[in-house]
Amino acid sequence: MALINKESVKKKMGSRIAANNFAKFLFILATSFSLLVLGVLLFRILDEGLPYLSLDFITSFASRLPERAGIWAALVGTIWIMTVTAPVSFILGVGTAIYLEEYAKKNAFTKFVQINIANLAGVPSIVFGLLGLTIFVRLAGLGSSVLAGGLTMSLLILPVIVVASQEAIRTVPKEIREASFGMGATKWQTIRRIVFPAALPGILTGTILALSRAVGETAPLLVVGALAYVAFVPENLLSSFTVLPIQLYNWTSRPQEDFHMLAASGIIILMIILLIMNSIAVYIRNKFHKRF
Amino acid sequence: MDITINKKSVQKGKEEQEVTPVFNINNLNLWYGQDHALKDIKFDIPEKQVTAIIGPSGCGKSTFIKTLNRMVEMVPIVRMSGEIIYRDKNIFDPKYGVEELRTQVGMVFQKPNPFPKSIYDNVAYGPRIHGIKNKKVLDEVVEKSLRGAAIWDEVKDRLNENAFGLSGGQQQRLCIARCLAIEPDVILMDEPTSALDPISTLKVEELVQELKKEYSIVIVTHNMQQAARISDRTAFFLNGEVVEYTDTSTLFSNPSDKRTEDYITGRFG
Repeated sequence: MALINKESVKKKMGSRIAANNFAKFLFILATSFSLLVLGVLLFRILDEGLPYLSLDFITSFASRLPERAGIWAALVGTIWIMTVTAPVSFILGVGTAIYLEEYAKKNAFTKFVQINIANLAGVPSIVFGLLGLTIFVRLAGLGSSVLAGGLTMSLLILPVIVVASQEAIRTVPKEIREASFGMGATKWQTIRRIVFPAALPGILTGTILALSRAVGETAPLLVVGALAYVAFVPENLLSSFTVLPIQLYNWTSRPQEDFHMLAASGIIILMIILLIMNSIAVYIRNKFHKRF
Repeated sequence: MDITINKKSVQKGKEEQEVTPVFNINNLNLWYGQDHALKDIKFDIPEKQVTAIIGPSGCGKSTFIKTLNRMVEMVPIVRMSGEIIYRDKNIFDPKYGVEELRTQVGMVFQKPNPFPKSIYDNVAYGPRIHGIKNKKVLDEVVEKSLRGAAIWDEVKDRLNENAFGLSGGQQQRLCIARCLAIEPDVILMDEPTSALDPISTLKVEELVQELKKEYSIVIVTHNMQQAARISDRTAFFLNGEVVEYTDTSTLFSNPSDKRTEDYITGRFG
């Protein structure tokens, strides 16, 4: 007595396979759509931006004459901001992640902190800008400086780095920690020599991706008081500054067509920076990826 | 290093007359939350012999071996009472550091767990965390330990390669070498061959026979034939209690408890 009716199985076969092919088609469509949009975007930007792209464009300051304007101040400003943001957010973020994963007792309070960190990652960036304005610019009296901007950016990406680092630390298998403890290693030795090196690729990938988000952010720095028109490069941590996205925003909001072209050229530069950063992240992930 | 070897050879002469215990376990109780996992465990573990612990799954044998180097405390809900005396010192004494205990009582785990480092760095890890930096000393320790674990010839030309490139059996012997590198007194083995193929298992068993000349070994195994083959004394655990603990030959040929007999004849477990 067969419980399964072979006839009806056979009848269903055709529609099952059709559904299978339809699903495949749907996913290809979704992918092609995003690729198409990206392609159009890239084409437009390259079309508008390439003619203005030159070494002069990179090394010139902003100007009210489009043919003399460049992004030097914004480029250097971005680099300055990153030199503040990268170490601050890395040290604080990884430190927090190590504490939460390795030391903190797993109780209700830790859970509460965890949830809040995850939520912070979703808070609109302008809110971080207001926080930076209150604390760094006004309270700490740093003014609209590179330092205030960099610290504000650190706050913005800190939750992302904490969460990514925690994930990376969690993937380090329990067995190799046990092996280390089993040989009389202290907790700190185990973290420093075993857990941290094993988690580092994941931590670095997360950090670089978070930093590349910071490179493209405008809102918090506008609130903190980055300038839109700067004809000098920052000299120290307390100088005023501008960054690439702000410069681009400034150009696109001008009426003259030529400035829109300049913005496109700037976008090409910004995209190249982001592409380089993401490639480094991918490279690190592949090179140090360890199978356990 | 030389001093250690001398001490060991002196002790070897002495041990032939009397068997000194390395561990005295007295009234050891252990709870996981409400679960009473070890009940009034009481026995001695002799020096330079292989003590096997057998019993069905969930009988507390792995839990027990982990109390000997206090690894069991990594489970947060664990509570213990009673005492374990290791060479005249109570290991639960707050003054007796757990790191110090674990440099004397090394452990080999169920699944091979090499570090994601080179073969050399795996073995040198123990000495390094104990502060040995001298490259020459490290080189010697690494070679001696790898020879001790009978894996030197297989890996001597690839010491700088990642340990994950080794086969499962080689990885487990590497883990044994890593354990030998801290020159422990006791080696705990928690089902060390359960993840290995028969040939690798045989190699590890032969190695255990070799190692007991210098080290006291406690081995948990779910394989009764293995216990019979390699151990001098065997403890049979059931539901967190020691049912019987005696010479391996006696336990397997003439068990005094009905439950032991049922287990070793395969009637349950």
